[in-house]
Amino acid sequence: MTERRLWSWLAVALGGLYFLLPLVGMFDFSMRMQRDGYSFEAYRVVLADPQFQQTFGYSVVLALLTIALGILIVVPTAYFVRLRFPGLRPIVEFLTLLPLVIPPIVIVFGYIRIYNTSSVLPLTGSWWGTNLLLLFGYATLSLPYMYRSVDTGLRTIDIGSLTEAAQSLGAGWARILAVVILPNVFVSVLSGAFLTFAIVIGEYVFAALLNVGSFGPYMVWMGGNRAYEPSALAVVAFAITWACMGLIQLFTRFSKFSTVRR
Amino acid sequence: MTTSVASLPAAFRPRQVLSWLGVAPFFLFATLFLILPTLNIVLGAFRNAEGQVTLDNLGKLLAPSIRSAFWISIELSLLTAVLGCLFGFLIAAAITLGGLPRPLRSAILTFSGVASNFAGVPLAFAFIATLGRLGLVTMLLRHWFGINLYGAGFNIVSFLGLALTYLYFQIPLMVLIITPALEGLRREWREAAESLGANGFQYWRLVALPVLWPSLLGTLALLFANAFGAVATAIALTGSSLSIAPIVLFAQIRGDVLNDPHLGYAIAFAMILLTAIANAIYILLRMRAERWVK
Repeated sequence: MTERRLWSWLAVALGGLYFLLPLVGMFDFSMRMQRDGYSFEAYRVVLADPQFQQTFGYSVVLALLTIALGILIVVPTAYFVRLRFPGLRPIVEFLTLLPLVIPPIVIVFGYIRIYNTSSVLPLTGSWWGTNLLLLFGYATLSLPYMYRSVDTGLRTIDIGSLTEAAQSLGAGWARILAVVILPNVFVSVLSGAFLTFAIVIGEYVFAALLNVGSFGPYMVWMGGNRAYEPSALAVVAFAITWACMGLIQLFTRFSKFSTVRR
Repeated sequence: MTTSVASLPAAFRPRQVLSWLGVAPFFLFATLFLILPTLNIVLGAFRNAEGQVTLDNLGKLLAPSIRSAFWISIELSLLTAVLGCLFGFLIAAAITLGGLPRPLRSAILTFSGVASNFAGVPLAFAFIATLGRLGLVTMLLRHWFGINLYGAGFNIVSFLGLALTYLYFQIPLMVLIITPALEGLRREWREAAESLGANGFQYWRLVALPVLWPSLLGTLALLFANAFGAVATAIALTGSSLSIAPIVLFAQIRGDVLNDPHLGYAIAFAMILLTAIANAIYILLRMRAERWVK
């Protein structure tokens, strides 16, 4: 028993070394911009860079829009599939898993071929069209996470009774979805939303191939042209990922707590 | 509930139509932004510029440069999948069966959730800052132990460097998937084996591994697909100096005007094929695994 515990500690310690060293290395490097010791100079330079502010702001807005679009598409679908079309379930599940199976680079390649300037729907021809296409692309990438979290949320509530109760009080479908269903699965929606945010904020391949100046391409450009700033950007990106995952954990725990009380 | 709705005919029909309207946006969206683009690529792989059906594009995949790019990609994905499974399994076993304190267990699981999503550009930067020419570990090894990594032929911009970087999201993914499977191993099975005189090795070989192997093999396939589709990490780390399949496709799409778009289709089609096979193996084996782990 003690021998097994020793080996376990060893495995965890070695794993810890492998996983912590790059984080320490990244943080250490980001602090070494000034020769005479540690400083936050690289962060100051990055945060003051108008390019950073512009691309980062753009990606944040795009991530929020992606989440909104994802909710609009996924919540009604998951709800109606559970309530009215259980037979469609395997098809919908399969479709929502596809973005994990087909590499993103292939999906965006398809976009470029279908929606180019000489096609029926020339989305890549205009600024609005390209941004719209990127938004739809990110919503596609977020489908697996959104659908799974919303569907898990719906499983825990009795949507049949809730719907009947709302209908007997005279509510229509839009009202039922917005006022009854959405608040009940809000925690699940949030965990899908934070995951989506973490994925969209630093996404590179879609943005680069559609020629959109978002945070991902900005980071790659910095990586090729600067020494210390990329590490500062990596620290920022890592902090965002941590924050998103931490918030998911927090909300999930909170929801368990409230379910128990109910 | 469903039957009662179905048995009420005409009066409730509009409601059924409305329900269809509720799922219609999803299907429209999936068709336009998932199915049609993919179908376009797949069909394009079997057509030439004049639109005739042909196998020429797939034949071009056998050109030495493309073939070697796929080969490096497969080797890289396979290596990081196998090592990811191995190390991930050891860590998962340590936290589930190794008698470690519980807070450490949940801390490792939380961290795995973060690390498995910390892929792409920032991850590449973290590894350059650690194992690059001026990286933390490179410098520490030189100053403390007199080991010159780069003098010894190591380079972060290489197959080995890329593999080391990919493991950073592969291992945590394995930990996240295999921990529930390990928790499903019942204590009774071990006690039964021990009461029949089995030692630890025999228990693992004859009881635990036969139960776990569908999960292990399935996760291996998933990790393979996971590494195969990763592009951003590789581009941020190596630029385009290491020719792996997704990077070749990336370059092909960027330079589409000059190059042959149908070769791009063929590369993309081959990538879909490989990841689809890997995912199918994962799903099939997962269904098998769920028979045991409940």
